[in-house]
Amino acid sequence: MGLDIRVPIGILFSIFGAMLAVFGLVSDPALYSEHSLGININLMWGVVLLLFGLVMLLLTRMGRSSRRQ
Amino acid sequence: MAVYFAFVLGIGVALKRSVKTSTDFFLAGRSIPAWVCGLAFISANLGAQEVIGMAASGAKYGIATSHFYWVGAIPAMVFVGVFMMPFYYGSKARSVPEYLRLRFDEKTRAFNAISFATMTIFSSGISMYAMAKLIQTLRILDLPFQRMGINASWIFDVGVIVSAVIVLAYIFLGGLKSAIYNEVLQFFLIVGGFLPLVWLGLKNVGGWEGLKATLGPSYTHSWVGMANPSTNRLGVEWFGLTMGLGFVLSFGYWCTDFLVVQRAMAADSMASARRTPLIAAIPKMLFPFLVILPGLIAIALPTMPPQTAATSMAAPSGAVGKGIIPIKVDAGTGQPVLDADGKPQLDYDLAVPNMLLHYFPTGMLGLGLTALLASFMSGMAGNVTAFNTVWTYDIYQSHIRPNASDEHYLMMGRMTTVFGIALSVAAAYMATRFNNIMDMLQLVFAFVNAPLFATFLLGMFWKRTTGHGAFSGLLAGTCAAALHHAWTLPVGAIPGVKGGYLAILHTYPSEMAQNFWTAIWSWTTCFVITIAVSLLTAAPEESRLVGLVYSLTPRPKETERRWYLRPAYLGAMVLLATALLNFIFR
Repeated sequence: MGLDIRVPIGILFSIFGAMLAVFGLVSDPALYSEHSLGININLMWGVVLLLFGLVMLLLTRMGRSSRRQ
Repeated sequence: MAVYFAFVLGIGVALKRSVKTSTDFFLAGRSIPAWVCGLAFISANLGAQEVIGMAASGAKYGIATSHFYWVGAIPAMVFVGVFMMPFYYGSKARSVPEYLRLRFDEKTRAFNAISFATMTIFSSGISMYAMAKLIQTLRILDLPFQRMGINASWIFDVGVIVSAVIVLAYIFLGGLKSAIYNEVLQFFLIVGGFLPLVWLGLKNVGGWEGLKATLGPSYTHSWVGMANPSTNRLGVEWFGLTMGLGFVLSFGYWCTDFLVVQRAMAADSMASARRTPLIAAIPKMLFPFLVILPGLIAIALPTMPPQTAATSMAAPSGAVGKGIIPIKVDAGTGQPVLDADGKPQLDYDLAVPNMLLHYFPTGMLGLGLTALLASFMSGMAGNVTAFNTVWTYDIYQSHIRPNASDEHYLMMGRMTTVFGIALSVAAAYMATRFNNIMDMLQLVFAFVNAPLFATFLLGMFWKRTTGHGAFSGLLAGTCAAALHHAWTLPVGAIPGVKGGYLAILHTYPSEMAQNFWTAIWSWTTCFVITIAVSLLTAAPEESRLVGLVYSLTPRPKETERRWYLRPAYLGAMVLLATALLNFIFR
């Protein structure tokens, strides 16, 4: 079957999530009052995407180990 | 964004090793699990036009746009999964035109293959054009371009070329599997990019209740007022809506368009193939919230002094838009476009891009724009993979060079990908020069497509249908659509591309009503003519039709022990949930 689709999804979203979250931590809060109702959407959504990416990678690992048995 | 592009290409390279035969290339070796196919199934349809267009309709017509999903797409997707997939997948046909060849004859297939191949080229060209145009209008890339010292007027060309090369690379390397994998990736990106947008927007306008209070009932009810075209925003009555959109157009698209059916054909088993559209239907059911709501929110926001890039262009005319949707500006003259009453028209297509610019700060904006680009590329890749399969199998192998080796067809498929994308680029440039020609072409394709579902319905469920019957029915249906269009006109339009160029026998309250009725007439004509001609010509041998027609095919055995994964139950659940959504947002 070649490549498990969950691997690229997991890695991509982990990278995107981490990038957003880090940017959210270091950026100026004034940016958010201008755009996203004062919510630090970068940090928040970055964490969500990071979690999603990690869950995908976890699922891949679980899928692999169950197939080996 | 660069990370995303690297990934897209990486998938293509990683999958290159697994492509050894033409079946690997065109049908992904029939090895993809159902959930992956299901997500690719909707993602292929989720092109830029869908994302931008649905939000635009949301801003224009309100929540009634959800009819395209809850009346149109979902029932058709359930039908194709439960009833039609057994014949597509079971017949071992490699494409929809090939099914027509097996069921009817060569001419019916050639007619379908040629019209379909041309159509995919033009639609991928048009979506390329739309996207490059959008990037240019929004001026989001102006700054990076200046930094690199490239003239901003090149943005359109760079947009077209870069996207074409990326899509080309990953399809060329990995074939359909690569396209499907990327579509799944794109699906998650689109959801990931739009979900926070809707969340922030809804929070801002005070949730659904707030939207209702600001916009009033005509925007927030999808069924109230459907009894009469003059009392709802779509300008359609319920019969035209359910028959035209719900039955003819949607079933025609979801059940016979190879672009989407190809995704299900790549599934690893019959059970997966049947489950593909049903799995796809579940997120599809929820998509209105993702793609229509941004349009509603955009129109509900208080009108602001021009802030966003696009509105500043409209500013000199002195007119303001509604919400954050600006006035439509004629590209040539720089003046606002006026409707028949002399009021300026709103540029609804900018609803989504302006929402992104409005709510997303640097950072999230990058994700949002990547999602938009992803949606555009998934739509284009869908067209290209469908094109190369139909071209190689249904035109090249059957008419130009039969009996060549499998490597030859694999090579041909790769070449066709290059060729198809080059043609799409040409079509994109054609769209910039001759917009009217593109309108005309889309119209012609609408005529050719409208009757198709009648042919498939009769072909699959009535064994007496003959090849001559199917072919003449298709031709008659296409002509009926063209004639109906030539004789009617929506209110307030000028005879021409909008119809009425022969004579005006009837006027419709809206363009949408005219489209729906064109489809209804075309379908009915095709249905009647196919039956009539079939009865006049010799019946096909029954032995040849086993596996192709319902009454002559053994029912697929239910091997799935978990009842909730069986197609019929899954389909029923999806329909029930859709009915519930219709009821909630009536």
